[in-house]
Amino acid sequence: MADTQPLLEVEDLSVRYPGHKGWVEAVRGVSFTLGREKLGIVGESGSGKSTTGRAIMGLIRPPGEVTARRLVFDGRDLNAMSERQKRSLRGDQLTMVMQDPKFSLNPVMRVGEQIAEAFRIHHAAARGAARRRAIEMLEAVRIRDPERVYRAYPHELSGGMGQRAMIAMMLVSNPRLMIADEPTSALDVTVQMQVLGILDDLVSERGMGLIFISHDLNLVASFCDRILIMYAGRVVEICRAARLHEARHPYTRGLLDALPRVEARQERLPTLTRDPAWLTGATIVDEGAEA
Amino acid sequence: MTAGGAAPPIISARGLTITFGHGADAVQAVRGIDFAVPAGSCFGIVGESGSGKSTILRALSGLNREWTGEVTIDGHDRSHIGRRAFYRLLQMVFQDPYGSLHPKRTIDSTLAEPLLIHGIGDRAERIEKALREVGLDSSFRFRYPHQISGGQRQRVAIARALILEPKILLLDEPTSSLDVSVQAEILNLLDALRRARDLTYVLVTHNLAVVSQMCDQLIVMNRGRIVEEMAVDALMAGRTSHPYTTQLLQASRGYDRQAARELKTFD
Repeated sequence: MADTQPLLEVEDLSVRYPGHKGWVEAVRGVSFTLGREKLGIVGESGSGKSTTGRAIMGLIRPPGEVTARRLVFDGRDLNAMSERQKRSLRGDQLTMVMQDPKFSLNPVMRVGEQIAEAFRIHHAAARGAARRRAIEMLEAVRIRDPERVYRAYPHELSGGMGQRAMIAMMLVSNPRLMIADEPTSALDVTVQMQVLGILDDLVSERGMGLIFISHDLNLVASFCDRILIMYAGRVVEICRAARLHEARHPYTRGLLDALPRVEARQERLPTLTRDPAWLTGATIVDEGAEA
Repeated sequence: MTAGGAAPPIISARGLTITFGHGADAVQAVRGIDFAVPAGSCFGIVGESGSGKSTILRALSGLNREWTGEVTIDGHDRSHIGRRAFYRLLQMVFQDPYGSLHPKRTIDSTLAEPLLIHGIGDRAERIEKALREVGLDSSFRFRYPHQISGGQRQRVAIARALILEPKILLLDEPTSSLDVSVQAEILNLLDALRRARDLTYVLVTHNLAVVSQMCDQLIVMNRGRIVEEMAVDALMAGRTSHPYTTQLLQASRGYDRQAARELKTFD
């Protein structure tokens, strides 16, 4: 496989759920490709950003329905894979970090054992080797006392430590793609920066691809390489992160304008007036962001 | 200071100390702090989790009675104000409007309860008026919390807090669980209500931009202590004097690879 090949190709991805009055379309025809980069997906609650991430992971359960013209990860067609094949990929090559470590870690199992288990499920490793690997991962996410954290139960860790332990678990198998869904939203801003620093290094040092799902425009603009802006299940705009502030879609502009700013007070914060045209209009693509 | 001088404090605290637990397990969440909130101002309390910022609000509101120190509210010693008089003077709005509204009660019943407790008549008119003031029409009166959006729920929580016409509102992260477009609407609403009714706000938040938009002055908390007290102009201009505040301000501007490596812990 050449390194020029995209890590992930998503074409016309849709997710729908049965509702009281027919189908509810949560994701409607999302297309993008991902290289070894940090791609942000931004939108408000209900925009379909998390559902997009879960659909790529294969985590949408019936009665939800996922369709995609193309869904190719690292040259392998996810559409053609059996559930069993996908399961062997998940947690190994393709991993996901959720917002709150409290709900993602097993509360009655030591943190380190959970990380070692995640490794042994996908790799034929002896207990001792898996343990060493787990400790290494805890070190990689800059936990100062990895032996102690290895032995700790989830409730004995702070939110920031818990989230690092989660990331360590997701890294233990050296994944090619990580989907992080609001991974730092529950954390204090300084801890948030440290966790982002860890993710940043992983992308640049291991050549991992990262999909970073967030509602925080400024954070995504400062952290990611490219950004997809989602509204009502569709990608309405794609831009380079550094140019988010030059975004052209009225929805993106509306979100940016509605943010209060530290440097200046506004008499009134502009509020968003939703336009039905946003539900169907073309995706605005910033030059150089389409790759 | 923007709000200094003229306005006398409506809330003042001296040596406020809040301890949880006893003996060897005792944890001092707030360690002998002093502050004064000028009447008619918006006073920000900023800090990270565990800094004691929400604990201060819970003590001021009477949700936590385990505190020591001197607290004066509207000219009276806090401990000498009767329960009813106190809740007509001060009310609180919480972060999560879903958690703070009773799921099995209509909006009407939620808004009627404080009026019933305080024996206030003309309930229907007062409820209609309270809803109007927070931008909701009367069609909302007989709905349940799950039938309205998060922003509308927060409007109801604000209406409930204001229906007794208090002088002071304590706001604990009132927009942190809302989308940015909804946050803008709620911040605009709170600002307009404060001007119209000459209210005093104590606003707890981790979001410095919200402080700039709403407050006149602020205190920055770390581990139960005030590390810095400043006028909002100084915050806007980035004139911080404590390194902790400087770091918080830096982090609020977004991710910076170099800055992320140099983050410090302050004790």
